[in-house]
Amino acid sequence: MSTDVSQNLVTISIDGKEIQAGKGELLIAAAEKAGVFIPRFCYHNRLPQVGMCRMCLVEVNGPRGFSLQPACYLPVSDGMEVVTESEKVKKAQDGVLEYLLINHPLDCPVCDKGGECPLQDQTMAYGPGESRFVEEKRHWEKPIPISDLVLLDRERCIQCDRCTRFADVVAGDALIEFVGRGDHTEINVFPDRPFSSYFSGNTVQICPVGALTAVPYRFKARPWDLSQVESSCTTCSMGCRIMVQSSQNELTRYLGLDADSINHGWLCDKGRFGHEAINSSDRITAPLVRKGDSFVETTWASALELISSKVSSAQAAGDPNRIGFILGSRLTNEDIYAWVKLAKGVVGTDSVDSQLGDGLKGEVIASLRRATINEAVSAKAILAFTGDIKEEVPVLFLRLREAVKSGWTKIATIGTHGSSLDKLSEVTASVSAGQLQLLAKELMKESSKFPELTKLFTNQGVGADGEGLVVLLGRENLAWDQSVVEAFALELSRALPRAKFLLTLHNANFAGSVDLGAVPNMLPGRLPLGSASQATRQKWAGLPDRAGRGVKEMLVAALQGELDVLFLVGSDPREDYVDSALANSALDQVGFVVSVDTFLSQSSAKADLVLPASSFAEKSGTTTNLEGRVLTLNQKVAPKGLCRPDWAIASEIALELGDDLGFDSAAGVLDEIAEVSPLHWGLSWNRLVKSSAIEGMMIPISATSLSIRPKAMLDEISTPGIASVWDQGLPSSKTAYVENGSTSADDKPAGEPSSQTVAGPLEPIWRLAPVQPLGFMNLAYSRKLYSQGEHLRNSAHLVHLVVEAKCQVSSKTAEKLGVSSGGSVLITDKAGGEGQFELEVDDSVPNDTVELVRGSFSISGFSPVRSDETVNYVKVERA
Amino acid sequence: MSTKIVTARVGVPESFLLSTYLGHGGYSALRKALSMTPEDVHAEVMASGMLGRGGAGFEAGRKWSMLKQDPIRYLVVNGDESEPSTFKDHLLVENDPHQLIEGTLITAYAIGATRAFIYLRGEFALGLERVQTAINEAYAYGAIGANIFGSGFSIDLVLQPGAGAYICGEETALIESLEGKRGFPRIKPPYFPAVIGLYGAPTIVNNVETMSNVPWIITNGGKAFAALGKGRSTGTRLFALSGDVVKPGNYELEMTSKTFRELIYDPDLGGGLRDGRSVKAVIPGGVSAPWIGPDNLDLPLGQDEVAQAGSMLGSGSIIVLDDHSCAVRAVWRITKFFSRESCGQCTPCREGSGWIEKIMHRIELGSGTESDLDLLLDVCDNIAPGLTWPPQQTTICVLGPSIPSSVVSGIKMFRDEFMVHIKEEGCPFVH
Repeated sequence: MSTDVSQNLVTISIDGKEIQAGKGELLIAAAEKAGVFIPRFCYHNRLPQVGMCRMCLVEVNGPRGFSLQPACYLPVSDGMEVVTESEKVKKAQDGVLEYLLINHPLDCPVCDKGGECPLQDQTMAYGPGESRFVEEKRHWEKPIPISDLVLLDRERCIQCDRCTRFADVVAGDALIEFVGRGDHTEINVFPDRPFSSYFSGNTVQICPVGALTAVPYRFKARPWDLSQVESSCTTCSMGCRIMVQSSQNELTRYLGLDADSINHGWLCDKGRFGHEAINSSDRITAPLVRKGDSFVETTWASALELISSKVSSAQAAGDPNRIGFILGSRLTNEDIYAWVKLAKGVVGTDSVDSQLGDGLKGEVIASLRRATINEAVSAKAILAFTGDIKEEVPVLFLRLREAVKSGWTKIATIGTHGSSLDKLSEVTASVSAGQLQLLAKELMKESSKFPELTKLFTNQGVGADGEGLVVLLGRENLAWDQSVVEAFALELSRALPRAKFLLTLHNANFAGSVDLGAVPNMLPGRLPLGSASQATRQKWAGLPDRAGRGVKEMLVAALQGELDVLFLVGSDPREDYVDSALANSALDQVGFVVSVDTFLSQSSAKADLVLPASSFAEKSGTTTNLEGRVLTLNQKVAPKGLCRPDWAIASEIALELGDDLGFDSAAGVLDEIAEVSPLHWGLSWNRLVKSSAIEGMMIPISATSLSIRPKAMLDEISTPGIASVWDQGLPSSKTAYVENGSTSADDKPAGEPSSQTVAGPLEPIWRLAPVQPLGFMNLAYSRKLYSQGEHLRNSAHLVHLVVEAKCQVSSKTAEKLGVSSGGSVLITDKAGGEGQFELEVDDSVPNDTVELVRGSFSISGFSPVRSDETVNYVKVERA
Repeated sequence: MSTKIVTARVGVPESFLLSTYLGHGGYSALRKALSMTPEDVHAEVMASGMLGRGGAGFEAGRKWSMLKQDPIRYLVVNGDESEPSTFKDHLLVENDPHQLIEGTLITAYAIGATRAFIYLRGEFALGLERVQTAINEAYAYGAIGANIFGSGFSIDLVLQPGAGAYICGEETALIESLEGKRGFPRIKPPYFPAVIGLYGAPTIVNNVETMSNVPWIITNGGKAFAALGKGRSTGTRLFALSGDVVKPGNYELEMTSKTFRELIYDPDLGGGLRDGRSVKAVIPGGVSAPWIGPDNLDLPLGQDEVAQAGSMLGSGSIIVLDDHSCAVRAVWRITKFFSRESCGQCTPCREGSGWIEKIMHRIELGSGTESDLDLLLDVCDNIAPGLTWPPQQTTICVLGPSIPSSVVSGIKMFRDEFMVHIKEEGCPFVH
């Protein structure tokens, strides 16, 4: 991946001016870089080109003299002569624009796209002033729903093929197509097959006219009334870059920003339309204190006083671990740091955790060699042992799909049940928990018991030391305890020391939580608890000297009456902890539960005190995505009611306890993080905003990342709706996949922490998997994109997409059970808990396995997963 | 009596059966070809100088030479004949399917194709039945399949019906359709299917009539074929004569041996115009072609001769308009066809064809204005800049620039008639 590209440059002349362009680069892009904008509609830098709209016709010299050629379809070649401003070009472009307008309704005043419409803009810039078309325009019923979220107005459509190309080529959901011929060509869905894609909203964003509109945004605002800030989506751990737009202090829309290393401009629908929850009138807007069975509003002052007294009396009992903190995925890095500092530096307890049995141990995460997303998509091969990427980190699925379809990498998937990655995988292998140790040890050895995997990786050039292999590591099956996955990862990491890991856990900012010590036994910077520097000790006076409890231990302690005060900061263990039966009975036993939340969740509804927290877009800060990239979050609207940012709440509590956390702004918190955590060294708000802008910064920051990337102009036509000039980064190509930070100088990949910050090498601990009891079946427990969550429940247009908990078995197993699809089954766990489910036959589930899709189990008090089991089995019977 | 090549057996009872075909020496050309090297077979076709019979008139042997020599190569026979007034292939597939199959197999052998396809217009119900039956018979006879006639050459031949789109006669749209996709012409580059064609493999696409000539060329030699006709126009051509003539139909004629006038008036051919009317215009090569007037009737029926007169011989379909037919109505009907059949892929053709049709319809119905004529020409100019022949184009394929031909011809040759429609607010002709 050479940075010297001069050999690959060609010289072309545009309107008599000589310019240099990359060999093979499309003329339209090369011209744009040289400052010559060629008008276009169908061209999109993230889609394969089709040359259909003909707006970009320019004159190009060829063997038969100058002829009109589409600039979006023509790669530049040395000596190419191009004319973009001749009479002939002007006439052709005017002609195309006139054609596009003859059947286009001139309903701009009532069209959502009006004001940010490429057709409108280019008509102003290029088109003839008046229409010569006096005939009747073509008519269609308008608009028609093509999915729950997207409406289609075929009268406005200019048949540019962008939405259809996106659906087919990028998303792999070819559910919209051209229908009909001539000027009655339309885009439509197939009968009874709606455009039910997780990515449907992207078609609305890339539509160059108002043909596709999103139900949640329709008629909500006019573009010129919107103001916007750049931010990052925190729906999952991907960290997609977005533009947050609002009108009159209400969020109206998120648009995907094209960050080359992250989301390429795409978003999933859950992220894109999630803003509705923030506007919800069901938000908590004032502190609430429990009075018997209900809450009454209280003041911040009295709430803080109550907390102070409860904490003080718990502290008086002598054991700081009688106070616990469970942090959730809503938090920014600054929020996390402030709460961890409150817990470990002020209250003096190490009982802080941020994962709800659906993650991996902080020390394990910290010890694995990390891969970036770009390294993963260009790896020689990928081993996937992860939850369904499309369900858990949807946009990463798009990046992986692109990589496989482009032949950049090959994937092998191992697991216990089918996933969306299977279709992209060269090899899929079913594994049991008992096989994992051997698999990890012998993966690249001749003796491998998984010859298909080994053969694929060897053929792909993966080294015996794992060089070139990226492991997508997540929680493939929540019915297996996390320790199984941790042991596998450590074993594999020992056997293949040069393999890298991309942690594909779902929860937003899980990486920030680990990096900032929101797990037991760790400090900010992935440092072990005992290794605090002098500087840290000065700022964290109350630092405990012994390790505290993780979530599971806290819940067990609570059951035994050993937890006096529990802070739930944006976490809802009653619903989200994998063993919800344990979480529910344990939380009932805690002396005093403080919940800092945005909605009354299962847990906060039963808390003793509820504090109203600012939501996304109501506060600024940073978040760290799954690859370890720190990204900015910007405030766009004022917090609702009396809501405060979580970091400020921690500060207030500290003050009430007689201590000062020492910061009064999110930027101030970040400054202290950079001071205390060697991992975050060099990071500051200004630097994040100014130097690396859209891509964020990988931590630890390496010396070479100080170089500023070349800027590319924003293609407003590719990304309508985003005004102004934002640094878009270079279009991606395999050769562009060089991280700022990964230099050839020290051959150390970006994202890999320097040795001083790593917790020492960890040994894999293999716990004996229990034998499958007679009459019990394997359990696969998985999560869907639209499984549960307060955010979904409070988004008016997403709530009806929430999937119900369901139970899937293969047709063979269904036959054995004597139940057919739609029938009812009774599931019993080893501890005797029962739940009744509707059965769905799905042959991607292996025989003798039951796959449970996570829904809202806590409501019935049923949890198929028991946290004291390494591997969970269940009994399934006809109900 | 002139030489008949492709229609030699037309009129023979049950000409479509294998037994009839064998009785007339059928499949001996294939046997002969298989005893030659593929290069020699190719050389015979080169020597014949046969121009492709699909419309573009590119030399068949030269096209074969352009085939990229990849291990997988395809031969596709284009039988999607669906332009108004073009019906020559229709005759051949129904009356002599074995001749088509034999020519296809010889060609497949010559170019080293690994599989051959016949893509036939879906509306040719009888043709489809006859070709499929013939394929089945030929398989049973050992002419198709593994180790043909013990020669060691093997190939499968697949019949694929079209689904009703005119555009699928465009070779790259045909390939897309054959791949199971929507029939959108492919954008160039790559310029030729011979490099990247069906399923991305090098592919030769030849017309039904082209293929049907091949057995005769192998039997009689390329030289004998080249001896027929004149200049680049070698062999015979099947002319589909229609319009206001007494005897419309298919006529196989040695190329350049007759003029338009002879074709129209010869009692053995067109038999003259009905009711003693006179020729108003002739559309010489399908509705894509510019029209010629009565002053050009003495042009010989040859490729270059017609091209020099500013039109094309195209698919060999010839429409005669007499002095009782309305030029405006004719133009409107032709533009209506193109607007219905535009695939909708690129803007100028999709929107332009509909617009032109609407204006033409308006003029025909009497609601036109004089400025509509300039508008029509300018709208056409935005599809085919300069309105030259052969045309330039702003579109992906040549369907777009086919639209202006009739409009420009109509306005140029019959401006007065357009003006009568406009001034008298209606069509002066009786329909």
